Order: sequence, then structure tokens, then C-alpha cells
Amino acid sequence: MVATEEEALSADVSARVRRLRARAHRRELVRLPLTALGAGWRRADPGGRTRRAWDGLPRPGRWALAAAAVVGIYILPNFHPPVINTPGSDFASVLFFPIGIYVLAALGLNVVVGFAGLLDLGYVAFVAIGAYTMALLGTRVHWNFWVILPFGILFAAVSGLLLGAPTLRLRGDYLAIVTLGFGEIIHNTANNLNSIGGPRGISNIPHPPSINTPFAHLRYVILDPKPYYWLVVTFIILVVLAVRRLERSRVGRAWTAIREDEDAAELMGVPTFKFKLWAFAIGASVGGLAGVLFASKVISITPDNFVFEFSILFLAAVVLGGSGNQAGVILGAVVVGYLPERFRSFESTRYLWFGAVLVVMMIFRPQGLLPAKRREAEMRDTTKPGGAMTGSLGAEVYGEDEFEAEDA
Amino acid sequence: MHFAGLYHQFFSLTFDGVNIGAIYGLIALGYTLVYGVLRLINFAHSEIFMIGTFFALFATRWMGIPATAAPHTGIAVALIFVGAGLVAAAASGTAAVVLERIAYRPLRRRGASRLAALISAIGASLFLQELFAYWQGRDFIPFPRIARKAHLATVLRADVRSDKVIIIVTAVVMMILLDRFVGLTRLGRGIRAVAQDAETAALMGVDIDRVVTTTFLIGGLMAGVAGLLFMLYYENTVFNVGFLPGIKAFTAAVLGGIGNIRGALLGGILLGLLENYGGALFGAQWKDICAFVVLVAVLMFRPTGLLGESLGRARV
Amino acid sequence: MPDTLLELDHLTMAFGGVVALNDVSLAVPEGAIFALIGPNGAGKTTVFNVVTGVYQPTDGEVRFEGRNLAGLKRHQITALGLARTFQNIRLFAQMTALENVLVGTDTRHRTSVPGAMLHFATHGREEREGRERAMQLLELVGIPHRAEEVSRSLPYGDQRRLEIARALATEPKLLLLDEPAAGFNPAEKAALAELIGRIRDTGYTILLIEHDMGLVMRISDWIAVLDFGEKIAEGLPSQVQNDERVINAYLGVADEQQTAP
Repeated sequence: MVATEEEALSADVSARVRRLRARAHRRELVRLPLTALGAGWRRADPGGRTRRAWDGLPRPGRWALAAAAVVGIYILPNFHPPVINTPGSDFASVLFFPIGIYVLAALGLNVVVGFAGLLDLGYVAFVAIGAYTMALLGTRVHWNFWVILPFGILFAAVSGLLLGAPTLRLRGDYLAIVTLGFGEIIHNTANNLNSIGGPRGISNIPHPPSINTPFAHLRYVILDPKPYYWLVVTFIILVVLAVRRLERSRVGRAWTAIREDEDAAELMGVPTFKFKLWAFAIGASVGGLAGVLFASKVISITPDNFVFEFSILFLAAVVLGGSGNQAGVILGAVVVGYLPERFRSFESTRYLWFGAVLVVMMIFRPQGLLPAKRREAEMRDTTKPGGAMTGSLGAEVYGEDEFEAEDA
Repeated sequence: MHFAGLYHQFFSLTFDGVNIGAIYGLIALGYTLVYGVLRLINFAHSEIFMIGTFFALFATRWMGIPATAAPHTGIAVALIFVGAGLVAAAASGTAAVVLERIAYRPLRRRGASRLAALISAIGASLFLQELFAYWQGRDFIPFPRIARKAHLATVLRADVRSDKVIIIVTAVVMMILLDRFVGLTRLGRGIRAVAQDAETAALMGVDIDRVVTTTFLIGGLMAGVAGLLFMLYYENTVFNVGFLPGIKAFTAAVLGGIGNIRGALLGGILLGLLENYGGALFGAQWKDICAFVVLVAVLMFRPTGLLGESLGRARV
Repeated sequence: MPDTLLELDHLTMAFGGVVALNDVSLAVPEGAIFALIGPNGAGKTTVFNVVTGVYQPTDGEVRFEGRNLAGLKRHQITALGLARTFQNIRLFAQMTALENVLVGTDTRHRTSVPGAMLHFATHGREEREGRERAMQLLELVGIPHRAEEVSRSLPYGDQRRLEIARALATEPKLLLLDEPAAGFNPAEKAALAELIGRIRDTGYTILLIEHDMGLVMRISDWIAVLDFGEKIAEGLPSQVQNDERVINAYLGVADEQQTAP
């Protein structure tokens, strides 16, 4: 009796073992080609190669390259380059919007998401505030563009402060949703308030006044996108330089420390809340700047110019390009702005691809195309706490709970 | 502000608020369960709900009922209702499980950060929305009226209509079933264990993957049923129908206390009420903003929600 | 008689039903090396956490230089002059050793965000001074050659030293070291003992949690013993060593281990 039971038992066990082996084998068959693809990509590592090439250049070499690039960027709209031209819409126009504006917005969002590590899902609200400031002050009070500009930036910054002050102490995902709510509140309000145009928005927004530069006389009219393009490029360069300075100062260090380990940072004397708020305000300011520029070019804005999808587009630009790395973010924004224009037929399924790309990127390369040196490991960090979501199912600890663990 | 309107229609608004709130509550369950177990805001849950609405619609088509058909009576109503409900729940449940496999599990395996997971969720949400836009177009698609919307009674000037009663009753029943499941079954205990302490649960032999899959499945089933109820009430759907109810349901989940099942229903009903009262006070076009303002306010002032965060018990 | 730098006055810390610290009182005099010892789970790290503002005490007071720390934010407490290291090292993993220490020196700098962006004079000066001081601290703890290495990739011993350097960078008056010798071999422990002595001689006061009795006895001026959240003994190293309650607290644990299957 016992013998046959044992036999039956082992037969059952070996059957199960065989089934498990077969299942593991099947999984391997699927995983192998995917891993090979991933390994090939990792070995090619275009992002790392670019960085190493750049690091290898001596100082004057870098300056020369940067100068050449800047010149190239400025003269770009005078050409209709064969391959990268955009059929169906004026290339120079596309360079300003969506590309130029997207780059500016992405750079601003990068300060919030990439440097301070705060997820903002309602960034378009700041662009809207800048744009509506331009629209209202331009059409109602008839101020000059250059006078309105600082106000647009100011109002956006203030709204960033108002939003951030009570919410930045929330944990990351909650902050994300609050910013989403804020973005929707702004959009809805713009739609409902007939005093600022309601669903029809505001039109006849004035252009900037003409400028005389050493190179050309710039007239800002609706039909000529080039002066606008040069304006946005100039601002982009200014923002890049300003943010770079911050990055290399105690501010950048504080942001990195906050990203890496906020509690330890605070215990090392970093006033985390203050720096997070600054990041928020700076990001909002840049968004406002983009909004002002946008409104003055398109001269007519409606609430639908500032829907939630744009917040996601900006986020996609930052994440795709490599959050925390300004060069990467610019690349991401260019891709996000340019591709749908280049492949117009693609336009109707644009968001479909973006959605898929976001998921795929997070799985295989969460640090983006041109990651900041640090981000690479940060995004893949298995040692950070986070419930069943991270690492080998670490128990959920956030904030103070971390200190409770192994008490001495 | 129209106080008079609010006063006169108070019970009508209340009843309607409970009605729509019940639907929000069912959707909120998906958010609250997944967050309790994974600390992840399943952004794509709104699309799981949307899929439920579409498959409720498809079910009626498969049963040979065109959108313009006259309402049925008697036992046919029950059959159609249950049939469509099963189809919607199955579709949403399946979609939720597949979503977990594709968009979240690989991230869990790689130990990805929560930021990465949230971004993946957003991408998945966008993808599903656009997928249905591509497949079904961007226009509103009508749903047949399954049963007459019979006026059953007038209670304090509130229109107690048959469909609203069905919605509320169904939601409450589903909620009770879920509560029993989580409280009494082994799998339910597993969910609670993982929500409290994933590492220990794993050490105690709980199959984390299975718990996560079950959590998504349950959330999906609930959202599917919510989809059917939504169709009963509104009688049409569209590719991005999930966006607003999704945010509102998440608000409800947080309002009630994220991770708290009873909180989800409470939060949903409360939100439905607030929305209706707000719409009466300020005008219908401000109704949606009410939800957002509630969201922002709750997160700022009482992020732990009304009933506190818990999936089973309070965590210290 | 040296001033009391840090004072715990009937400090009680409860988490829900768990009482981690029960009516603990002690006073750390200026310039001393004060050791806090006790079996695992006694509440020593909790003391650190309460003192540095991670938790607010359930009852009792923590006073630093006579000032009650209740309600202060953590970075404010650090600014007052308390700095710590961690039991499980918490360096900024992706930053270099130098950058880690610079985060500490930044505490004492006044450059604002606009100042950093527009390169006010304070920015340039503070960056230079910060770097100099950071390098000095790295030399003090013995790892100047690691300055440009990512802290994550440093050997364990150097990481512990780096944590000390980073804490010192905030210019504290009181340095809290949480098991600084964990995982060290005897030679490293000796070097650490010498380092701690040097730090004290430079003018810092040190509050130390440590399990290695040899090290504790060798360098401490004064010892307090915790067990189950209560202070069970206090005194000179020689006194504490021979205190029966202390011996029981430690041996009690050992006994259980012997009889376990």
C-alpha cells in the first residue's frame, strides 16, 4: 500500500516538475529574443557614446562645437532641408511651434520633474496662464509685448507658488494627481468664464513690436514665423544657461540630494521644502514664458489649446529625452514636436504611439534617450522602498517609517 | 449662487448624487485596491471602465438589440442586464489583468521607481484611449434602452426612477460581495497581507503575483459593472468617456481613504452629492470643477481621507 | 564644569502601542565622548531620531544648548548644530564623495537661488570655500583620494568615513554617530577610535551608539545604557562595565540564544 502511494506521489511530483520545466522553457523562448534586442541596444548605447564623445573634447573644442550648433540653429529656417522637411506645413513655422515652444516647455518641466524629482501632470496650466496674460493684457489694456512678458512670467510663477506651497509636502503620486487637478481646474475655468472669452477664447492678440538687430530688421507678423523662431531660440538659450548655472551650484546639489534621499538631505541641513518650491516656481515661470510667446504668435487662443494631453506631451518629451539632462530634454521635445509634423498621416494616431512609447521606455530604458549621468542608475534603483512595486517586494516604507526598521 | 435652487431640489439632487456616486464608488474600488497593494495609481483604470462601457454595448449588439430598439419588459430585462453585465465585467477584468502583465509587471520585476510606474500607467491609459478611438471612432455611440425608465415614486420631490434604483442596488450588492471576499477568503486575506507588508507576506508564503493579478481582476470586474450601470444611465459612450469619471473616482477613493474599501463607496457617494449640490449652487458648467476642487482640497488638508488609509486595518 | 550641550528630560516615545523610549533622561556635556549602548531593540537609534527631529516626542523634552527642540524642522535642528550619521549608511549614492560633503557645507552658505543663477559674488566665494573645506574634511577622515568617485562605488569603510565627513561639514557642535564601527575589522576600528578622538580634540562633542564594547570602553568619557527603552545604568566606563544590571541585560539575551534549538 505504502509503496504504491509513494510511487503515485512521486509520479505526481515528477509530472508537476515536468510541467514547471516546460513552462519555464516556454518563458525563456519569449524572453530570449527580447533580451537580445535589449542587450544589443544597451551595447550600442547611443546616449552613453554621445556623452563620452562630448566629455572627450577639450574645452575650446566644446565651445567651438556649441557655437557652430547655435549658428546652425539660427539659420535653420532659411532652408528647406530635404529629408527633415515637413510636408504639409511650413518648416519654419513648425520650428517655432510646436518644436520651439515644446522645447521651452519641456525645459521648464525638466526643472520640476528632472531636477527636483516632482511629478507634475498639469504643467500646461502654467503655459495657459502665460498665454491668457498675454491675451488679456494685450487686447484689453493694449500693453507692449515686452511689458506684458514679465507679467506673464510673474503670474505663472505666483500660481506655481500658490499650487506648490500647500501640496509639495505630499508624497509623489499624490502630488501628481493634485497637479492634474489643478491643470483641469485652470482649463475648466477658462472654458466657463465668459469674461475671459469662454470656449471661444480671445483673438486679436498683438504681435511684438518690430526690432532692429545688427543682422536684420525683424517684423513680427502672422505670416512670417522666422522672427518668432529666433525669439524663442534666444529664450531657450537663456533658459538653458540659467538652469545650467543652477545645476552646478548649491541649488543643483540640493535638488539631487532631495531626489536621492529626501530625508537624509533634510537631516544634512537642506531646507527641502524651500528648494522644491523654487523648482516649482522656476518651472512655472518658464511655462508662462512659453505661453506668452505662443499667444503672441498665434494671436488667437482658446481653452482647447491647453488641454490635459499637452501636459502629457511635455512629460513625454522630458521622460523620453532623458529627464535631468537638458540636452536630452531638448532632443525629446524635438522628437515629440517634430515627428507628427513630419509624418502627417501619423497625426491621428500620434497619441497612440506616445502612449505605447511611454510604456516601452519605462520598461526598457526609463532613464530616457540621453540620460543625465546620475539618472541612469537612479531610475533603475532597486534599493528604494516602495511596497510590492519595487525591488524584491520591499515592504512599504516612506518617510519616517524607514527609521523604524532595525532599531539599535 | 443659486441657494433657492439648491433648497428646492435638495432631495432630488441628493438622490441623483447617490446614484452617480454609486458608480464612482465602484470605479473607485479599482483605484483603491491597486493602490493599497502596489502603491501605484493605476492611471489606466479609467480606460478599464471605458472598456466596460463599450463591451456592455457590444453585448447588446450580440444579443441582437440595436441602439434604437424599444425597451424590453419582464424577464428579458433581467437576462439582458445580467448578460451585458457579465460581458462587461469579463472584458474589463481581462483588460485589467492584461494591463498589469504588460505595463506594470515588467517594471516590478526590474525594481523600477514609482515615477517610472506612474509614467507607464499614463502611457497605458493614453494608448488604450487612442486604441478605442482608432477602432470605434471619436463620436458618441448610443446604447439601447434596455428597460423603461419607470417613475416609481416621488419622495420629497425626488424622482425615484427604476434605473437609478437598479444602479444603487447593484453597486451596494457588489460592494458587499467584495467586502466579504476581502474579509473572509484566503485570497482576500492575501490581498490584505500584501497591502500591509509585502515582504513579510511573501515570506509567509503568499504568492505576490497571484495577489496582484487578483487585485487587478477584481478592480476590473467592478469597473466593468460600473460601465454597464453607466450605460444604463447615460445611454451612450465615447473613447474618452473614462477620463472624467476616472479622476472623480480616484478623488472618491482618496476622499474615503485610499486602500479602504468602504471608504471607496463612501467617498463616491459623497463626491456625487458634492458635485450635484455644487452644480445647483454655481451652475451646471461648474459641476466638474467641484470634483477637482474637492480633490485638491482633500489632498491638501486630509490626505489620509475620511476613514483613514487601510486595506483591512490601520497601519501605524 | 562643562556646559550641558544636549539634554533629554524624561523623554518618552511611543508608536501606537509600542513604547520605544520610556522616561529617558540624560545629559551630554560639552566636549565629551558620550556613548549610548544597550542590546538590540533598546531604543538607541530612536533617541537619535527624536533628537534630530525625525519624530516628535510623545512626552518629555529634548533641549540643545538649553533650547527646546520641539516643533523644529529637521533642517533647522541641523542648522542649530546637530549632525548625524546613519546605522544603515545613507549617502547620496550617485553623487561623488566630494559632492556629498558639499551638501553638508552648503548648510552654512547663504547664496540664494537667484544668487546662484546670476552668479552673485557670494556664490563664487562660497563655492570655493566649500570645496576647500570639503577637501580638508575628506583629508581629516582619511579619504581625500576618493573625492571624485561616486559614493556608491566606494568600499564600505570609506563610505562610513564619508558619512562622518559629510556630517562634520555642517559645522555641528554635537556629532551623533550611529554604529560607526559596524562591519569594521580590528585595525579599522582602531583607526576609527583614533579619528573620533581627533574629532573631539578639535572641539566637537560626540554622542555615540556602538556595539563594540572594546571600542566603547576605550574612547568614551561617559556611558549610558538602555534596555527596552529605559535607561538602566549610567557612569564611567569602568563603572558601567561592572554594573550587574548591564551585564544581565546583555547576558540575558545570550542565555536565550543558548537554549534555543
